[in-house]
Amino acid sequence: MNLSEGVQVVSLVILSAMVIAAAMGVVLLPNIVYAAFLLGGVFISVAGLYLLLNADFVAAAQVLIYVGAVNVLILFAIMLVNKRQAYPEFKLSGLRNTITALVCIALFCLLTITLTSTNWAIQPATFVLTSTLVTIAKHFFYDYLLPFELASVLLLVALIGAIVLARREFIADVQKDGAIVDESLSLLEKPREQLVGTKL
Amino acid sequence: MSLEAFLVVAAALFCIGIYGLITSRNAVRVLMSVELMLNAVNLNLLAFSNFLDSGNIRGQVFATFVIAIAAAEAAVGLAIVLSIYRSRDTVDMEQFNLLRW
Repeated sequence: MNLSEGVQVVSLVILSAMVIAAAMGVVLLPNIVYAAFLLGGVFISVAGLYLLLNADFVAAAQVLIYVGAVNVLILFAIMLVNKRQAYPEFKLSGLRNTITALVCIALFCLLTITLTSTNWAIQPATFVLTSTLVTIAKHFFYDYLLPFELASVLLLVALIGAIVLARREFIADVQKDGAIVDESLSLLEKPREQLVGTKL
Repeated sequence: MSLEAFLVVAAALFCIGIYGLITSRNAVRVLMSVELMLNAVNLNLLAFSNFLDSGNIRGQVFATFVIAIAAAEAAVGLAIVLSIYRSRDTVDMEQFNLLRW
């Protein structure tokens, strides 16, 4: 094993441990803000794993789109839905969590056994790609042109749909002293009480 | 550095995502679990594209499509969560009985 392979193995172990630990934190932490920041950690670690798999363009896209857009969007949603509520316990919730954990562990064991016992037709990397970017662009504009264009239409539809869903139809009238005329039209995600020391 | 190592990591990430999807009470955390599962799928696609199809990397093309669709899904999903929160005043998954017969 030469130096580069050793570095790759060490990075694989470190990145895998980071991915698994941060994903457990996302699912198990009670504070959802911490969970959202750990989700960013998962995304960045997965981008590191992509780099180990010679996928530089996808790693950059992962950091740009997931960390830069999706994670920020989730943080905004958490701040808009800033309701600190204690969820009421219901019967058999502990039993449900235990059964779910058992099923997930069993699924993991099944997948692991399957994929270690399969003979994968691994191609030896005989020739070196000049650039992944050129190859991906050729795929996009020759044999995957229709899905590529459909993806842009889908993004447009999602953009308009998100605006329509999150828009308010009616906005409450606010009098001069700041009182809201019709309480039923006021936004639920109203500002919290002022922080200490900031007076308007 | 073998194919199986990456696949095991992806399987673990996917199972953690399923656990969070089923047991979370907060609707935003459910969306975060869906993102975890999508990342696991992407990791699988890239591992196969590197080890089994290193000549013409089709898996990276599919991973790019998955990333684009995941961004759209996150935007629409969070808009739905916000809309439900406005009408129901809660994000507890157990108290949503919309679309339930």
